[in-house]
Amino acid sequence: MSLAINIVELVSEKAQAAGGQKVTSVELEAGTLSGVMVEALAFCFDAAARNTPAEGARLVVREIEARGACLGCGHVFVLESLLAQCPQCGEYAVEILQGRDLKVVSLTIDEE
Amino acid sequence: MCDSCGCTQPENSVTITRPGQVGSGAADHHHSHPSRVVEVREAVLGKNDGIAVHNRDFFKERRIVALNLVSSPGSGKTTILEQTIRKLRGEIPMAVIEGDQQTMLDAERIDATGVDVVQVNTGAGCHLDADMVHQALHRMEPAENSLLFIENVGNLVCPAMFDLGEAAKVVIISVTEGEDKPLKYPAMFDAASLCLINKIDLLPHVDFDVARCREYALRVNHRLEFFEISARTGEGMPAWLAWLRRQL
Repeated sequence: MSLAINIVELVSEKAQAAGGQKVTSVELEAGTLSGVMVEALAFCFDAAARNTPAEGARLVVREIEARGACLGCGHVFVLESLLAQCPQCGEYAVEILQGRDLKVVSLTIDEE
Repeated sequence: MCDSCGCTQPENSVTITRPGQVGSGAADHHHSHPSRVVEVREAVLGKNDGIAVHNRDFFKERRIVALNLVSSPGSGKTTILEQTIRKLRGEIPMAVIEGDQQTMLDAERIDATGVDVVQVNTGAGCHLDADMVHQALHRMEPAENSLLFIENVGNLVCPAMFDLGEAAKVVIISVTEGEDKPLKYPAMFDAASLCLINKIDLLPHVDFDVARCREYALRVNHRLEFFEISARTGEGMPAWLAWLRRQL
């Protein structure tokens, strides 16, 4: 819920700065290891957006596939979770290269 | 929810799209209104992270080592703090920020040890954020070259996401919990630098497998260090206290 509130605050601030009254959609990028449950976030977003410029806005979530490099053999592979094991050598020690971030990419505002 | 033209968006307004695909799910919002796309490209927790940087600078300037203690409710965080403070009092200056949804109970326990303590009550909030810590710091005067313990709200999920400006997260697991906690809540074990396995005096009475717990936690975070302790009996506490001394 607090993530949703953070999104709504950021979006409202940016919309007002851009001179927009009404946000129709919000584009998010969510790494698959960002810790976000997209369905839960969407539900909370709708609630958090009430009585703000983001009320009723559509949340478009683009998932960013997490990738990591094995610290044993260097193999780069897709991480299904923080418990991922290298498919080549079985090592659990992995450096995460991408897929942890959660960011607001853009928003669309209606002009009167 | 365009009041002027009466078109309403569907209840379930989420779409999930892979890179390179066109969004699917909710219907596009067809309008004759002119619309404009505003680039943002900012982290959702960017505001929190900015305040965390500010807190971290403050700590660095004063050589304060801030530790963010995280765990499930009931793992023994406050008892560990009480015993730690009793052992290090007179040797290292210490202060505590207590986080709970409600009550002053933990702050009162810490206050009884004689160190400066501020209680943050988060109400419905399930974690501390950087601004709460910032506000708490304005109500206390942590000494230079000191330890600041931040006892987070008991919750193994959300506190992992919020940087408070701490030097390290210390995750506590007690042997009355399942040894599979690191597998079930990997984000927290991934975010932590140190893991305290507490209540080891109860090991003869429970099925907790310490070796397996360590193995699971290392799968998530191969850099994690461990100390096995009992805050109640004092067993294992010297190694934890030595680690604290090394941080200063």
